[in-house]
Amino acid sequence: MAARSGFSGWLHRASDSDVWWSFKSSPMTVTAAVATVLIVAIAFLSPVLAPHTPFDPATLNLIDGLKPPAMLSSDGDWTFPLGTDDQGRDVLSSIMYGTRLSLAVGFASVVVAMVLGIGLGLVSGYFGGTIDAVIMRIADVQLTFPAILVALLIDGIVRSTISVQRHDEIALFVIVGAIGLSFWVQYARTVRGSVMVEKNKEYVQAARVIGLSPLLIMVRHVLPNVTGPVLVIATINLGLAIITEATLSFLGVGLPPTEPSLGTLIRLGNEVLQSGDWWITVFPGATLAALVLAVNLLGDWLRDALNPKLR
Amino acid sequence: MATESNNPPLLDVRNLRVEFPTRRGTLVAVDDVSFDIAPGEVLGVVGESGAGKSLTGNAIIGLLEPPGRIAGGEIHLEGRRIDNLPYEEMRKIRGARIGAIFQDPLTSLNPLYSVGRQLVETIRTHLPLSAGEARTRALDLLKEVGIPGAESRLDHYPHQFSGGMRQRVVIALALCAGPRLIVADEPTTALDVSIQAQIIALLKRLCREHGTAVMLVTHDMGVIAETADRVAVMYAGRIAEIGPVRDVVKHARHPYTKGLMGSIPNLGVRTERLTQIDGAMPRLTEIPAGCAFNPRCAERGSRCLVERPDLMPAGADKAACWLHDRGGVGRPLAKETIDA
Amino acid sequence: MPDGGGAQFVRLAGLKRYFDVSAPWLVRKIEGRPRQIVQAVDGIDIEIAKGETFSLVGESGCGKSTVARLVVGLYPPTAGTIEFDGNDMAGRRSRSDMAALRRRMQMIFQDPYASLNPRWRVFDIIAEPIRAFGLSTDKADLQKRVEDLLRQVKLTPADGRKYPHEFSGGQRQRVSIARALASQPEFLVCDEPTSALDVSVQAQILNLMVDLQRRFGLTYLFISHNLAVVYHISTRVGVMYLGRLVEVAPTETLFTRPKHPYTRMLLDTIPDLDMTGRQRSPVAGEVPSPLNPPSGCTFHPRCPFANDRCKIERPKALSIEGGTVACHAIAEGRLAVEERSYAANS
Repeated sequence: MAARSGFSGWLHRASDSDVWWSFKSSPMTVTAAVATVLIVAIAFLSPVLAPHTPFDPATLNLIDGLKPPAMLSSDGDWTFPLGTDDQGRDVLSSIMYGTRLSLAVGFASVVVAMVLGIGLGLVSGYFGGTIDAVIMRIADVQLTFPAILVALLIDGIVRSTISVQRHDEIALFVIVGAIGLSFWVQYARTVRGSVMVEKNKEYVQAARVIGLSPLLIMVRHVLPNVTGPVLVIATINLGLAIITEATLSFLGVGLPPTEPSLGTLIRLGNEVLQSGDWWITVFPGATLAALVLAVNLLGDWLRDALNPKLR
Repeated sequence: MATESNNPPLLDVRNLRVEFPTRRGTLVAVDDVSFDIAPGEVLGVVGESGAGKSLTGNAIIGLLEPPGRIAGGEIHLEGRRIDNLPYEEMRKIRGARIGAIFQDPLTSLNPLYSVGRQLVETIRTHLPLSAGEARTRALDLLKEVGIPGAESRLDHYPHQFSGGMRQRVVIALALCAGPRLIVADEPTTALDVSIQAQIIALLKRLCREHGTAVMLVTHDMGVIAETADRVAVMYAGRIAEIGPVRDVVKHARHPYTKGLMGSIPNLGVRTERLTQIDGAMPRLTEIPAGCAFNPRCAERGSRCLVERPDLMPAGADKAACWLHDRGGVGRPLAKETIDA
Repeated sequence: MPDGGGAQFVRLAGLKRYFDVSAPWLVRKIEGRPRQIVQAVDGIDIEIAKGETFSLVGESGCGKSTVARLVVGLYPPTAGTIEFDGNDMAGRRSRSDMAALRRRMQMIFQDPYASLNPRWRVFDIIAEPIRAFGLSTDKADLQKRVEDLLRQVKLTPADGRKYPHEFSGGQRQRVSIARALASQPEFLVCDEPTSALDVSVQAQILNLMVDLQRRFGLTYLFISHNLAVVYHISTRVGVMYLGRLVEVAPTETLFTRPKHPYTRMLLDTIPDLDMTGRQRSPVAGEVPSPLNPPSGCTFHPRCPFANDRCKIERPKALSIEGGTVACHAIAEGRLAVEERSYAANS
């Protein structure tokens, strides 16, 4: 195979690779990928695409309150295709902004968990011995707390130390930190396992013969070779993180109503569900389900595609 | 080949073709391979990795790993066609009529059962013996393959044996039902040199005593030279040369075989440099037209680039090379300058 | 060569390396198991002269690969010293002095599929030692050096842009050799460099190594289990058994006048390609576990010449015919030196 340089070479290799091939030959995966890209694109373009700016109090009018979805009811108003909530906020716009927040929290917490987990996993696997034992025992303890409990704990501590108003301001960071902290163990364990395999390979020994420092060896040689499994966990974790955020927000310890994520929207809608205004909670719920399902399907495919044993 | 005698061959392989369908097209891993094995004969099949020698062996014992499949040709064992048998039929023949020995003895043994139990089960699958009789036979087999203290070893598990001893157990397992043919795929490759010699001596003795024929697949010319009666040299999925082992080793007719023999360090004379065949065997996706060896061949001619040679008489052997055809290789050509 | 002036290039003295393979402390205490120590290398002395190829042969588990890794500093020795060109490798010295020493010795590994980082391009793999030792100042110079190295191992400069998986096993081993040569070393430790290769490719690599040795005046420590290869490439040969050196001799002497019973046994296992009718006499028994090596001479349980002394007393190395041998039977004159000849293949 001729080696081509630059981007065209990369494109050529990518389109020729086994991973791309396995992607193309799975209609389910292609559907999931299209759905994910669509949801992410719409969410992040929501300031442009959304018909209303639901969280600007100046634009809200209580007269528009609790309108049913236009497409389903003659009472509806086509300026609010999916209806409005009790404040007169457009549900469609709320979902778009909410999805953006949910995704942001999901991505950010996955990054936090990844950085923490990969770092600790590398150190643990490469050096072994006491450092390894200490890190892994901390991981064991961490695993005995469910993610929700950790998040509640951190949120509780933050709430008790700072004012409510300040809390709303930093709620985003608290929840990202809380979710990130509860997910790092999986990365650390996977990376540690891979590192222990890789570090005995001869290419790492060759680097040691040259006299490279352990840090350089880890970053330059070992890390690029353990990214496969990390990528798989990250994709699967993204779905989990979004769900966890939604759960926390539903319980009222996540994002505040002034900045509602999908979970907050579901909670707000749930409060008025008894009076028959179902659309306020069902549409955000369906969006959440679709998003998480699509991401999980991608994760499952990636796991199979990168696992040579299943090929 | 050796069919001049009146005895029908034990194994007769005709125009065997093994293919691997891939998304980039079908790869032909074994191409038009024909040979036979007489009862009690040891046929060595030698070649470098990727030459198709193991696949040929696997095709015969009916254990091609999918998506690999037999795409053409016929395999006859004792006059019966076996390449198109359903899986269950083939499973009965494997073990009863054909025994198999693989490179890694650990993969041939179940780690969860004692070797005695595995032997007894295999014996009883293929022979109508009671449990007690089967155990006696298992014990005899272990003694025969030279396992010291066989009585006590019968109840040991595979991990309690050393590599060499494990391979002996595998040989015992292959011999359980008294097969007529044993297909041994790199049986000594995973073993230390001193153990290799032991295992080869054992195989030779057992075949002589039982009249079992062996198809010995290996990359080690030394093992072949010591063990085989005839040898088939494979290159890029085809047989390049086949003949009595002494003729092939001492008077190779195919340029590839000559190169192969020359590249083995010789204990008699110390030379500064070994004879080397430049380049490497082509990947299955890049097999050149004409003779597959032509880009590496010093003696090639214009004919070799276009016309594929079949096996033809060459001295005491048969070789797939136009050098031995009346028409010759055609206009002489320089060897391609490949990165040497 | 070995008696050339006394100043040896590489000198291993009383080198030992033990590995602790015990179960974890808690498991050991609960199950009442003792500590388990593998004596992988148990006191060996080797001197290698500049420009020669010294080979270590032995069966798996004899410690030959551990010696290779000790020499290049992948493991610290349990005891003993490694001297390289008069420098004690364990001595305290500054980082830059250490790097200067490391630059002069490199290693070629056995498995061409594991010894190259699959995520790196060949150019970067070969450039790494040049960068690490700061041998190149600018990009153009680095480019030129890597291209020269690729040509020296009979690859093309265009191959630098490829990834390891695009090469065959033999070509990968060439990349591995190019990387080892990149820091312009004087001493190469080669750990079974051809044992994963097919014979025709093995011949290419051995020829390449001989060419490079002549061109750059390299010194090789060559580890192998293949006696025919060792015969072909070595100046002197050391035979290892269970972590100890049982015999050292110039190549021709070792193969034609073997002394130690284990050496003779190993020579018996060489396949008879010439079909002279020489009978391979398979030796009974297997290598004992290095966890629990036999007392005295570790070879005594398999040795046809062993007596009571062999079971108790570890034999010392005795100088004989330009080499050394550690065997009571030879030292006491109970066992005569054996003459062997090999037919030249037509």
